[in-house]
Amino acid sequence: MADKNETILAIRDLKVDFTTPDGTVNAVKGISLDVRAGETIAVVGESGSGKSQTMMGIMGLLASNGTVTGSAAYRGRELIGLRPSELNKVRGAKVTMIFQEPMTSLDPLYPVGRQIAEPIVHHRGGSYKEARKRVLELLELVGIPEPARRMDSYPHELSGGQRQRVMIAMALANDPDILIADEPTTALDVTIQAQILKLLRSLQERFGMAIVLITHDLGIVRHFAERVAVMRRGEVVEQGTTADIFERPTSDYTRMLLAAEPHGRKASPPDTAPIILEGRDVVVDYRIGGGLFSGGAALFRAVDRVTVRLREGQTIGIVGESGSGKSTLGRALLRLILGSGHYRFGSTDISGYDRSRMRPLRKAMQLVFQDPYGSLSPRQTVGEVITEGLLVHEPDLGKAERDRRAVAALKEVGLDPDARNRYPHEFSGGQRQRIAIARAMILKPKVVILDEPTSALDRSVQGQVIDLLRTLQDSHRLSYIFISHDLSVVRAMSDYVVVMKDGRIVEEGETDRIFEAPANAYTKALIGAAFHI
Amino acid sequence: MIAFVLRRLASAVPTLFIVVTISFFLMRFAPGGPFNLERPLPPATMENLVRTYQLDQPLWRQYVTYITNAVTGDFGPSYIYKDNSVAELIGKGLPYSIELGFYALLLALIGGVTMGTVAALRQNSALDFSIMSLATVGTTVPNFVVGPVLTLVFAIALSWLPAGGWGDGSLRFLILPMIALALPQLAVFARLTRGSMIEALHADHIRTARAYGLPARVVVVTHAMRGAMLPVVSYLAPCAAALLTGSAVVETIFTIPGVGRYFVLGAINRDYTLVMGTVILIAIFVIVFNLLVDILYGLLDPRVRHD
Repeated sequence: MADKNETILAIRDLKVDFTTPDGTVNAVKGISLDVRAGETIAVVGESGSGKSQTMMGIMGLLASNGTVTGSAAYRGRELIGLRPSELNKVRGAKVTMIFQEPMTSLDPLYPVGRQIAEPIVHHRGGSYKEARKRVLELLELVGIPEPARRMDSYPHELSGGQRQRVMIAMALANDPDILIADEPTTALDVTIQAQILKLLRSLQERFGMAIVLITHDLGIVRHFAERVAVMRRGEVVEQGTTADIFERPTSDYTRMLLAAEPHGRKASPPDTAPIILEGRDVVVDYRIGGGLFSGGAALFRAVDRVTVRLREGQTIGIVGESGSGKSTLGRALLRLILGSGHYRFGSTDISGYDRSRMRPLRKAMQLVFQDPYGSLSPRQTVGEVITEGLLVHEPDLGKAERDRRAVAALKEVGLDPDARNRYPHEFSGGQRQRIAIARAMILKPKVVILDEPTSALDRSVQGQVIDLLRTLQDSHRLSYIFISHDLSVVRAMSDYVVVMKDGRIVEEGETDRIFEAPANAYTKALIGAAFHI
Repeated sequence: MIAFVLRRLASAVPTLFIVVTISFFLMRFAPGGPFNLERPLPPATMENLVRTYQLDQPLWRQYVTYITNAVTGDFGPSYIYKDNSVAELIGKGLPYSIELGFYALLLALIGGVTMGTVAALRQNSALDFSIMSLATVGTTVPNFVVGPVLTLVFAIALSWLPAGGWGDGSLRFLILPMIALALPQLAVFARLTRGSMIEALHADHIRTARAYGLPARVVVVTHAMRGAMLPVVSYLAPCAAALLTGSAVVETIFTIPGVGRYFVLGAINRDYTLVMGTVILIAIFVIVFNLLVDILYGLLDPRVRHD
């Protein structure tokens, strides 16, 4: 076993700067950090804290406008300023990396076995044929089923979890000293996330490499790391053992991060509250393939006979992993996707409504999306973005009145009304999500479907958006359908939870009942993976 | 794979039929006719000609006759080159056009991809800037300017190369027309390659390749370039079809006996059969090259499979 007191990577006064048209950005401002043999050290921070750029800088992977200065010595050997050909002897052999995006981190054009073999061939010599035996061994090690067959598969033929396993196999290929894992599970579903972390831990016990875990997720850190460094705005604000950081944090920022886990509960609406939106036996099929000369298409059932009743003032949380059909269900309930089944909005039966008949009702049913970057048009000012719905639904409003409503909506979501003359790219992710909420609220809706509204946001910002959504719900008697894969947010936000898997509801019930006494095996697994990694 | 090829070939039949039908009627609806010359023909001669070529028949019958004959490989006589059938004219000219077009395609592809790659790797440098300026020149200066300038410099002023003609078919005669023909396409290839290379070099998997210490050459050639070639390959089909079926301008300037000028001459003179022949020729080239490129695409990109 490695000697845990031996420092194998000593980072001293490391700086990373980016030259941009608006001047130099100091992404990392002279940090010092030790990585010891065989340990797991977590580097924690929110987006923009410089946690990834620190490691990218050391590994020579900065974008072309980035420069790294200072010192990072691997077993006494300085890495900063090393010629690429010299650096290439270290990276991929003794220091390896896995990344957040298992979907895009592998080359789509080569079989995975060949990609795992590449660093073996380059660092150890030999042919690809000779490397196959080692590749097979590695794939077995990381738990890929049927490794002999899978090594000739292409990345698109594997699931996200399997691709991350392939990346881990690649990282282990040359028996590394240090494995840098940059948000290795962020893009994965919770149950897969737990499997990947378990795998990393068991591999570490077996091979004794140090793991540098870069993450924003404190839940993972607590169960996985021995030491923690908390980063903020390019600086390390605090470092220490995991126990110290979680039990006795010394910096305000760490305390804030720890408190930022979503909290609070929502009470159920009274049983007398009328049903505002209902979908009975909702079925949505997607056609896959098919064309003029290629024969028949296959049908994929995304939502399979699901019934949802939303009461006034209620928040129903719909949870499930990717591909469970939760987003499709949300869109089907608003009749944005035309599925079969029976639909009711208030007392109106909207089952047979087409687009044009739905249009007058749209004002009362709004949607907020996950991606605050992609869902606002970059060519419109914020004012134009949020008043666009008014042009459709209240065409008689004068310009001044529209502007007054825009000001009110922006104030309501906690933004400066001056924001309406600026463009979306001038705002942070959290602010953009507020703009998206203002766009929905300006129409005074009754039902809002929130599709992963907090998933792209940092924890501390997430808390603020949740608080805002709660306040708006109380003051306007809104009903929410809250779609998320993030169970802790769902628990804090909703009074009723629906668990979906493969297009079906596997379990539903009051929030506390679901989280404290789940009956279904899948629900149990989901909750177990999310809260007790 | 074989099923895919057969299916595509089967779908080529209706495509060709539609192309032929549209061209046939478009051509007939254009004012004038093959025998409306500047000096009008005597009415008796005119009538004689019209009857000989069956132009007095109703249009639909002419169409049916044309299609029936075309299916058996008879594309009719040319109205202008009276001693030749359309098939003979194309058969004689095509080898010249194909040979010249093949060299031009090779030059455009190799030159364009190389220049585009170099420009992408040295993005925003002086080298990148010069290559892209050259590409702009290549696209904006028409080949009826490039051709004479090349002749003026290399054939007349320097006397290094012949000014035109096919001669004995040796490379000397081909160099200038090949450059004139290739230049605009070379510029397109350079631009396409540069754009997709820059994108490819920023892909996450390129970062992975670098993080695993692969030498720069392997990162660029094995990982970035293969992906970057996909849009280039897509453009290959229309480009090859255009180059191999000859260019009216270049063939006229360098007096090359190819088929390129037939399309223009045929259209101007309302030589119905000659135009139809060239249209069918070009359509077949486009269809065949699209098929070849799709097969190539499937080999390059495992996500596109033909089964």
